[in-house]
Formats: sequence, structure tokens, C-alpha cells
Amino acid sequence: MSGISAEQVAHLASLARIDLTDDEIASLTTELDQIVASVAKVTEVATPEVPATSHPIPLENVFRDDVVGETLTVEQALAGAPDHDGSRFRVSAILGEEQ
Amino acid sequence: MARAELMDFDQALELFEPVMGFEVHVELNTKTKMFSDAPNVFGSEPNTNITPTCLGLPGSLPVVNAQAIRYSISLGLALGCSIAQTSRFARKNYFYPDTPKNYQISQYDEPIAFEGSVDVELSDGRVVSVPIERAHMEEDAGKLTHVGGSTGRIQGAEYSLVDYNRAGVPLVEIVTKPIYGAEHSSPELAKAYVSTIRDIVVSLGISDARMERGNLRCDANVSLRPRAAAGEPAAPLGTRTETKNVNSLRSVERAVRYEIQRQAAILAAGGSITQETRHWHEDTGTTSAGRPKSDADDYRYFPEPDLLPVVPSAELIDELRAALPEPPAVRRRRLKGEWGFSDLEFQDIANSGLLVEVSETVAAGATPAAARKWWTGEIARLANAAGTDAASLVTPTQVAELAALIDDGTLTDRLARQVLEGVVAGEGSPAEVVASRGLAVVSDDGALIAAIDEALAAQPDVLAKIKDGKVQAAGAVIGAVMKAMKGQADAARVRELVLERAAATES
Repeated sequence: MSGISAEQVAHLASLARIDLTDDEIASLTTELDQIVASVAKVTEVATPEVPATSHPIPLENVFRDDVVGETLTVEQALAGAPDHDGSRFRVSAILGEEQ
Repeated sequence: MARAELMDFDQALELFEPVMGFEVHVELNTKTKMFSDAPNVFGSEPNTNITPTCLGLPGSLPVVNAQAIRYSISLGLALGCSIAQTSRFARKNYFYPDTPKNYQISQYDEPIAFEGSVDVELSDGRVVSVPIERAHMEEDAGKLTHVGGSTGRIQGAEYSLVDYNRAGVPLVEIVTKPIYGAEHSSPELAKAYVSTIRDIVVSLGISDARMERGNLRCDANVSLRPRAAAGEPAAPLGTRTETKNVNSLRSVERAVRYEIQRQAAILAAGGSITQETRHWHEDTGTTSAGRPKSDADDYRYFPEPDLLPVVPSAELIDELRAALPEPPAVRRRRLKGEWGFSDLEFQDIANSGLLVEVSETVAAGATPAAARKWWTGEIARLANAAGTDAASLVTPTQVAELAALIDDGTLTDRLARQVLEGVVAGEGSPAEVVASRGLAVVSDDGALIAAIDEALAAQPDVLAKIKDGKVQAAGAVIGAVMKAMKGQADAARVRELVLERAAATES
């Protein structure tokens, strides 16, 4: 069964703010469809009695104490930024709103 | 932008039933962030409270703050919620530079707390039970400053600057179920609900709850549905709008009222409501359209693979339940008794949303009467003039200090009001303003006597009248002395001294 349509790929691309050409959409649709089909094989062995899981290792409640640790300097924080004003990251104007 | 048509509020309520829902974000005051050991501090230099995790740098991993879990459970319990046996974090995917990872760690279908209710008291004494859908944990986003353009707003900005100090600060988002039946009291209930949440988090000690700093933020959902004729089934729910950026108690009330009036005008004219977010503008008291809801709310949630499930033990939940402070309604009754106020005096405080401020001022040493007088009087007046909440102007400690300066005779009420203005203007603590503005009462009798003798000598006719026993004539001398002291004297003490000096003077 085909899981992924070209419309879905185009929609995902727009959510992710990635410009795709029609050719790219077509090839990604095929590739993603194959990936989804491979992963879907799991459903062949998972019976309804097997609960959905988000983690393969049975661990829980891994916490840390509320104690302040080391922070980056501003220079370190901005070191990998394409652009900054010396204290803040500089990004192109956003037509939208804060979430 | 054209101002929207508004329908008269009472007329809107005749035609439509308002239905509300709220999302309140509470920033927790833990020492560190939700998933990193970066400090959780307000007001630092940009990008100084940052770790690789806050920036989502490759190889960094989030680890949950144990204290944030405890605080979230306590809040859930205080909201009357059940605490989930297993709760999980999820990625909320969206692409915007306020989150450097391109997702926010939140909770989706397994929140830490669910199904509760909060009793909210209205000014007429009615208690409304607001149903709580869920309270979930998440991380705050960074702060964007839009540069360029005329207004500093998003439209027309040339670029944006990002400070990630706030990114990762622990948040609990409290989501109500739809609230029906508030009718004319809807705007008031909105304010009272947020005020009650604020009371709860302050009494739990889990948030600084300063709305002007964004510690407590409210998104208000409002929809209208036409009233059904007698015998007919209720109409389906109308399309809702979500007003964001409502960051004072006063604005919550105004924003709900505005949306009811705006939507009613559109619906009555045969139009339809667009499902969208709307921005609240404090300055104009209006909302404007943000983005439409339908195409953007596609967050592709999935379980956060970097974090493990949270499974609180029954012992922990019992421990936190036993440590809960008294519920707000009980606390109100107790405080009212302790403070000895009449119903009216107490309502005055509660309806202004100043319960927290007054009780903290009393805790800081002021008498209840003084605390009430300043908060509901002069401070409320200044706040109203500035279009903000009283709590954003001064701290309870400062008000207690002001009251103490009056009690020890350093200040008169009149001088104290000037000192208060200085404190509000950011000139420092009351004592500092007294010093810098030179506002203390002249309590040095020597200085007063010198001024009195001078005034008596300048007005021999008045002196004669006083010596004749016409003490009301002393007013002219007292006035002259107060003027010479620039008002910084205790008039009653001046009067005493004037009479003493007059009696002692040879005429």
C-alpha cells in the first residue's frame, strides 16, 4: 500500500520551510514511500497485545538535581552563528509570529 | 488598520452566549532550566544563561530537572487534577528562530496532570468552578526582537535578534475545558480565573508570577453561539479565536470583553468568524488578526526520544499532596478574619487582584490597614493612570518599607505619596528616594522653633490673638511654617510648638 503522496511531501516541505522542485518532490515521494513501507513491516509481527512504545530500554525517572552548572560565554554561544550583533543571534526578518 | 465594529456588550449578550477557554503558561522559578543546568534568571545580559542544550547544539542531550517535576505535580494537585502514573515528553515541531532545535519539548497525549477544577470567586460572592482539562510541562522559547520597520513589530522588520536566555525555562501550561454559563460575568471571570491561578502558584512558591515579566501568560479563547429559542436544542459551538499576548489581569478582562463585542458585531451582520490567533494591543485595547489556525497547527508531535517517561511514585505524590498550601477560597476566608476587614474592604482587595500583594506586604511588616490603603489607593491610582497592574509598579517589600517610614514619623502621607512616585519611577527603595529627594519630615524641633519664632515675629497681630486665647488664629502661623519647611513637617507637632512659643513670648 502506498503510504506517501506527493501532496504530503509538498506539505511537509512547506512546514519545514524547505523549497522543493517538482522533481525533488517526485523522487522524495518514492524514497519516503519505500522507507515507510520498510518500517511498516513491524506491524506484521506486532500483535494488538504489544503496546506502543517510545523507548526500547525500560528506564524511567532519569532526573538531575536543580543545581546550576557551567554556561557558555557569549562568544562561545555565538561562535557558530552565521550572523550576530555581538550579543544576540541575527536572523532574517520573519513574516509570521512567535508561537 | 481599521478599527473593528463593536456591538454593545449587553446587546451582544442578549443575542449570543459566550463560551471561553484559557491556556495559562506558568514559568517555574527553579534555579535551573527544564532540561539543562543553565541558570533560570530573568534580566541577564543576552545569551549568557546558555548551555549547548539550550542552543540544541549537536551532541547535547536534555536531562529533566527533578525540582520542575515536583513543582508541576504540586501545581497539578492544587488544580484538583489527577497525576498521571506515566507521563511522557513529546516534540512539538515548528520552524521559527525562537526555538533553536526546530522543535519545542512539550507533552502531548500523556500530560503530567489532567482532569481537575478550580473554584473562582466573583465580586458578588458567587463561586464558579472552572474545569481543567490538563496541565502539562514544556520549555519556554527564546526572545525575538524585531529590528527595522517603523513600529518594532514583525511587519516591516528588516531582521530579528534572538536571545536564548529564556529558551528552556520550565513552563507548565494549564488548559481549561470550555467554560459555559458565565454570561455577563465572562470578562470578570476571565480575570478572576487568572488571578486565582496566580494566587495558587504564589502560595505554592513555584513561580514568581510577575505578569509584566511574562512569568504568567494567558491565551484567551472566546467563541459565541446564538441563543436557542425556548424548546430548541442549543446551537453548536461557534468558531473561536485565541487572543495571545494578554499579560496583565486588567488586559485579560478587557480582551475577553472586546472579543465578545467584536464577534457579536460580525455575526449579527451575517458574517462569520475566522478561526485564528489574535494579538492583544495594550495601548489601543483592541485585538488584531494573527495567523489563521488551520494551516499552521500541524506540529507533528511524536514522543521525545532523548527523554524517558516520568513515573512519579505514590509516595512522592502523597508527600507533595500533604505539603499543599490551603486552597485559595479557604485562604481568603482565613485572611479576611486575620486582617479584620469588612466584606466590602476585603472585596476591594480581592477584586483588584491584590490579595497576594497585600498579604506579602503584611508579611513584610505592614499593618493590614496600611497595606490595603496603599495598594487599593495610591498604587492602584498610579497603575490605572499607567494602564498597568499595580503589582508591576512596586514590590510588597517596598510598600511595607514605606508604611514603616510613616509609622516612625519620617514621612507624612503626603510625603509618602511623593516617595512612592519616586519608587515607581525606578529611583530605588523608599529610604533611597527619601534620601535622594530630601523628603523626610523635619523632626528637629530646633529648626521648627526657629521658623515659628520668625513667623510669629512677622505677624504680631496673630501673636496677639493667640495670646488672647483665639487659638484658631494659629492657622496662619502654622501655614507659614509649613511653607518654610516645604511641607516636610508634621502639622500637629508644629501646632503644638506654635502654641507653646506664643505663650512664652512677651507681647
